[in-house]
Amino acid sequence: MMEQAVLRLSPSSLTPDQLKENHEALKKEQRSEARTMFRLTLPAILIVGLLMVAPIGWLLSMSFVGQDGRLGFENYVLFFSEAVYREMFINTFIIAFVVTVICLILGYPVAYLMAILPSPWAGFLMLAVLMPFWTSGLVRTFSWLIILQRNGLVNQMLVWMGVIERPIALVHNMTGTIIGMVHIMVPFLILPLYASMKAIDLNLMRAAANLGSTPAHAFRRVYLPLSMPGLIAGTIMVFVMCLGFYITPALLGGGKIKMIAQRIEESLALYPTWGPAAALAVLLLVMTAVCLGVSLMLVRRLTAES
Amino acid sequence: MESHVSHRERFWLYIFVGLVIFYLVAPTFIVVPVSFSSTTSLSFPPPGWSTRWYEAFFGQEKWIGSTWVSLRVAFGTMVLATVTGVAASYALHVSRLPLGNLIRSTLISPLAVPSILIAIGIFFVYARIGGMLNTIYGMILGHSVVAMPFVILTMSAGLQSYDMTQEMVARSLGANRFKAFMTVTLPQLKFSVATSMLLSFLVSFDELIISLMISSGPVSTLSRVTFATLRDDVDPTLAAVSTLMLIVTCIPPLVLHIVTNRAKKKGA
Repeated sequence: MMEQAVLRLSPSSLTPDQLKENHEALKKEQRSEARTMFRLTLPAILIVGLLMVAPIGWLLSMSFVGQDGRLGFENYVLFFSEAVYREMFINTFIIAFVVTVICLILGYPVAYLMAILPSPWAGFLMLAVLMPFWTSGLVRTFSWLIILQRNGLVNQMLVWMGVIERPIALVHNMTGTIIGMVHIMVPFLILPLYASMKAIDLNLMRAAANLGSTPAHAFRRVYLPLSMPGLIAGTIMVFVMCLGFYITPALLGGGKIKMIAQRIEESLALYPTWGPAAALAVLLLVMTAVCLGVSLMLVRRLTAES
Repeated sequence: MESHVSHRERFWLYIFVGLVIFYLVAPTFIVVPVSFSSTTSLSFPPPGWSTRWYEAFFGQEKWIGSTWVSLRVAFGTMVLATVTGVAASYALHVSRLPLGNLIRSTLISPLAVPSILIAIGIFFVYARIGGMLNTIYGMILGHSVVAMPFVILTMSAGLQSYDMTQEMVARSLGANRFKAFMTVTLPQLKFSVATSMLLSFLVSFDELIISLMISSGPVSTLSRVTFATLRDDVDPTLAAVSTLMLIVTCIPPLVLHIVTNRAKKKGA
């Protein structure tokens, strides 16, 4: 019995009609399987689609509606004509740039050490990097408020060391905003960097040394280029996330530092018109998409080359 | 593997990385001693010790109420995001859906979209359909959007290292698909599922911007009340709140880390 069943499945012993029937049955089965599987993804798609994709499409359309209800670029023109908006854009980019550069300087050595140290030490470093990653951004922002305040730890230390004569303003300004944002962003740079460094064969560095290059030279010519994909991915991720930052600038900037996200929130809270806020939102989204797209392209090209 | 450079040559690197790690880890914990301060000042070290700020926390409706809201929303998000996310990642893994890649990137995209945009989008939808603003359910749904990518990424990684033929074997032995999944596949993915649950709980518990937009009054989350207090009047009750939040968000991941490490060692 069993034998026959198996035989009937072998194509050579089937008549063309049976073959066709078999083929169709298989196709039908495949289609019903695809349907079942699609149904399984449906709840997740509904949640994300209804609450994120659809309203973003709506924002896009709203951004072209002016105050008088007519279609046009009125909201976008606003950004170029009004100094408030110009200043906010410049502010946002300066902060994002400075934070990214500081994160690079702080993060690269940590990722490097994490990649070359033996297991227990590397694990310890990883835990230390992930630790702030887990903790709430609000808690960390509050900590910085305590540390950076006028009679806080940092000011006390600086006065005690004789660097400054009396406490300086470290918080509720640009300095505080940047210190707090770097603290939140460094892990986002370290993790992708570490992933690409972990894949580098350290024998390559030995080979370079054997061939007569100094450690610094070998690092620059061998290690740095090989870590480039992670470096680009991490850098752009940090930069993009900085562009859309809300909590830290709102609290550590003391209302003086205005970035895009705060301006969006503010214009929605203060004015009933959605147009300018929608246009700002669309700009933020486009900048994010462009940055991520460029980084993806660069990383692909670099990994394809090596 | 060790490189050819000696420890002595790397001395400055060790110092530098040590300082960075100190900068990353130490500041957060300053809220713990400050929360036990006896005065209203936020100075460190505190001039004297007391538990009055914890008493203030547990004695005030705004803190207790919002903590309950946060915990309920986070629990709901954990269930909703994990169930829908696990189902979606399983489906995306086992079958080559026609639009599989598009679906996957859509579900992960909330990670890349600035949260302020997600927040105003959700606000708009809720303002239109009505009955969702200022509700626990509305917040659970909203938080599930931002928790979804974490579930999808964690589950995809877990499914990648799982051998699907095991489920095939179970099905060929007579189990239906659902039973095979529940009794064979799911137990082996338990660490990924646990990580997904933990992540979605934490993402929701921490989430602020969406809560700022779609909730107020008695349904404010703890993070929303904390944010408002931080902006208006700062006192050491906030340090007590922060210490409690630190415990909620730090201990579970540490436990999970230790448990998975032990399980991996056992498996090896």
